[in-house]
Amino acid sequence: MLYFDHCASTPPYDEVIQTMTEVMRAHYANPSSLHRAGTSAGHLIERSRAVLAEQFRTKKGSWLFTGGGTESNNLAVKGIAKQYAGRGKHLITTRIEHASVYETFGQLEEEGFRVTYLPVSDTGHVRAEQVLEAVTDETVLVSVMHVNNEIGTVQPIAEIGRMLKKRSRAFFHVDAVQSIGKLPVSVEEWGIDLLSGSAHKLRGPKGVGFLYIRDGITLYPLFTGGSQEEGFRAGTQNVPGIVASAKALRMASESMEARGRKLGALKRMLLTEIAEIPELKLNGGEPSAPHIVHFSYPGMKPEVIVHMLEEQGILASTKSACSSKDQKPSRVLLAMGASREHAAGGVRISLGDEHTERDIARLAEALRIAVRQLKPLERGLT
Amino acid sequence: MQEQVKQSLQGFERITYFKSFGRLYVLLNDHSYAPVMDRLKDLFGIVTLSPAVSTGHNLEEIRAAALTLMQTLPEQPSTFKVSAKRAWKEFPHNSQELNHLVGSHVLRAMPSLRVDVRKPGVELRVDVQEEAVYVYHEVIEAAGGFPYGSNGKAMLLLSGGIDSPVAGWMALRKGLELEAVHFHSYPFTSDKAKEKVIELAKRLSYFSGEPLKLHLVPFTEFQTTLAQNGNDNLIITIMRRAMLRITERLAGRNGAGGIVTGESLGQVASQTLASMNVIGRAAELPLIKPLIMMDKQEIIRVAERIGTFETSILPYEDCCTLFLPKSPSTNPNLRIVEMLESQLINYEELLQAAVEGTEELMLTPDSQTAVQSAGEDSWF
Repeated sequence: MLYFDHCASTPPYDEVIQTMTEVMRAHYANPSSLHRAGTSAGHLIERSRAVLAEQFRTKKGSWLFTGGGTESNNLAVKGIAKQYAGRGKHLITTRIEHASVYETFGQLEEEGFRVTYLPVSDTGHVRAEQVLEAVTDETVLVSVMHVNNEIGTVQPIAEIGRMLKKRSRAFFHVDAVQSIGKLPVSVEEWGIDLLSGSAHKLRGPKGVGFLYIRDGITLYPLFTGGSQEEGFRAGTQNVPGIVASAKALRMASESMEARGRKLGALKRMLLTEIAEIPELKLNGGEPSAPHIVHFSYPGMKPEVIVHMLEEQGILASTKSACSSKDQKPSRVLLAMGASREHAAGGVRISLGDEHTERDIARLAEALRIAVRQLKPLERGLT
Repeated sequence: MQEQVKQSLQGFERITYFKSFGRLYVLLNDHSYAPVMDRLKDLFGIVTLSPAVSTGHNLEEIRAAALTLMQTLPEQPSTFKVSAKRAWKEFPHNSQELNHLVGSHVLRAMPSLRVDVRKPGVELRVDVQEEAVYVYHEVIEAAGGFPYGSNGKAMLLLSGGIDSPVAGWMALRKGLELEAVHFHSYPFTSDKAKEKVIELAKRLSYFSGEPLKLHLVPFTEFQTTLAQNGNDNLIITIMRRAMLRITERLAGRNGAGGIVTGESLGQVASQTLASMNVIGRAAELPLIKPLIMMDKQEIIRVAERIGTFETSILPYEDCCTLFLPKSPSTNPNLRIVEMLESQLINYEELLQAAVEGTEELMLTPDSQTAVQSAGEDSWF
């Protein structure tokens, strides 16, 4: 079986599994307890935090641990909107955000906030100028994802951050769930105030998210309860998950350059192969992340392709895993100006560290076979 | 001094040194300049620092170095002058000639530049020494003060608050070698309070450029005995006298000739003139109080500058605020205090037990904290 769904989740590193097991066994005490067993568990969390600060070279903010990328995004977006509603109730984001950001803004709209959803180009990119044009005196938050989870396009975060800082007091949140460990992320240099990440996307465990918060920022908490994580996230911390996540992040960051080169080469190979299959239309454009390839088979339900690939031992995804169960056309592709037919037929291939050129060749062959078998049925299946 | 510079630049392996006439030359070789400069500007005993280019005793080389330096300035000045100094008299051109020879070369290549001998935008210095010629323009003021240890050794009372680290920094600047003394009352104070003091001591050792010894004195027995004895309003006075006595004994064992404290006049009950009189009489060694006439805001500014403020304000109770009476005396009576001390059962034994139970830690800026050494390294 070849697993090509690394955007949905990744196989944890062996070292991560080992760390997780050992910490779980040795440090079961509650990290908030006053006794020494509790204190040592607390120290493990602080050391994990220090690993994040070191890997991201952050000095002017702190890293919180949450229950995952979705929670980090919710906490950042709702936390800022609610905490700073007194300054203004205008928020800016894009039409191609992950559901955990997009739907959160939708909920805030119901609560009386005004949201500008920036359109994107036909390659799936937003321009920094668009963000600036949308900013008003009332704007309190701008949230733009770094790498799109469906089509892999890279947004101009550095440019947006720098321009925004000069022009506005609005906070800048970046959903970096798909970019951490794949692309360099310079949190402070780029003027980012809040940044979300998720451990299981970079070969860490599930159930752990990160959130960077620049010093001086307060968030309205999602949960009430204890004062863990500076009071921004009540609830006993997931000690083994957090330590293992720090381990995964370190391993991913330290090997990022070499892996990036390797993934990039595999991706180019795959793009060439797909470009030679006339039925398949590649989506997105440069700049893009080195591990995501997205294409449509207009007129064909993507589930059919995914199932046919699976019969040949290949696992891929339709849209993003978080919204793959609904049958509607992709919101991201529609935002890029694709027709409904085109937007409904998207398939995502996401690459990982274990892949080789042979695997890409096998995938390409499987795609050719699937297309050949589906071709006569094109009309009948839509 | 040279030893301290070497010590504090330990991580830069390819640096070499050369000493001549009150100056120390730090040859970077291929190390980059900024981190070395950052480290040196905090080192006491250095008055000024100048990044310089060295060349051979050859006019063309000197001219080329001068021109490159002028052309790579971050901001181009409109005026300049050359100040040459010929310390090595065998060089064929004297200072006056050199000013002209170098200045004219720069002017030819950079025609928009003018010479202004009175208020030049940049003063380009050419220093001809026997071993090399140095070309530089910046004279950066460094931390000043005296080299570490050049004025003897003292004990620093380090509480964990804002003041005592600042007092320690000022003592270091005056060339005092320091050992820090911290009193803790576990379980009334927490391990976190201790970690905080370790953090502060590490920071001080950064400025001294040498490892710093921290004495952790167990003070629980003494404090709980005292707290059960009534006379609430004199508790602080008696406690501080005991601290001085214990510190004096530690000073004797470690060859220190003074005690540095972070007291500032009138700040709290124990820092009134009358309190300081009664408390100070418990010690025979000179009590050095660098902050005595400083305002709190000034102290805070220094604490921020030297990077101790953030640690100092962490909210962990230290032993000075334990058993704090509602109205501590601001004007204690020496005779009453002495009488109460003589009535305390086991007073002498308690002091001696605290001295004997003292733990010593040698700290450097790189010493690991409890967080840094948490768990197994392989987990991270």
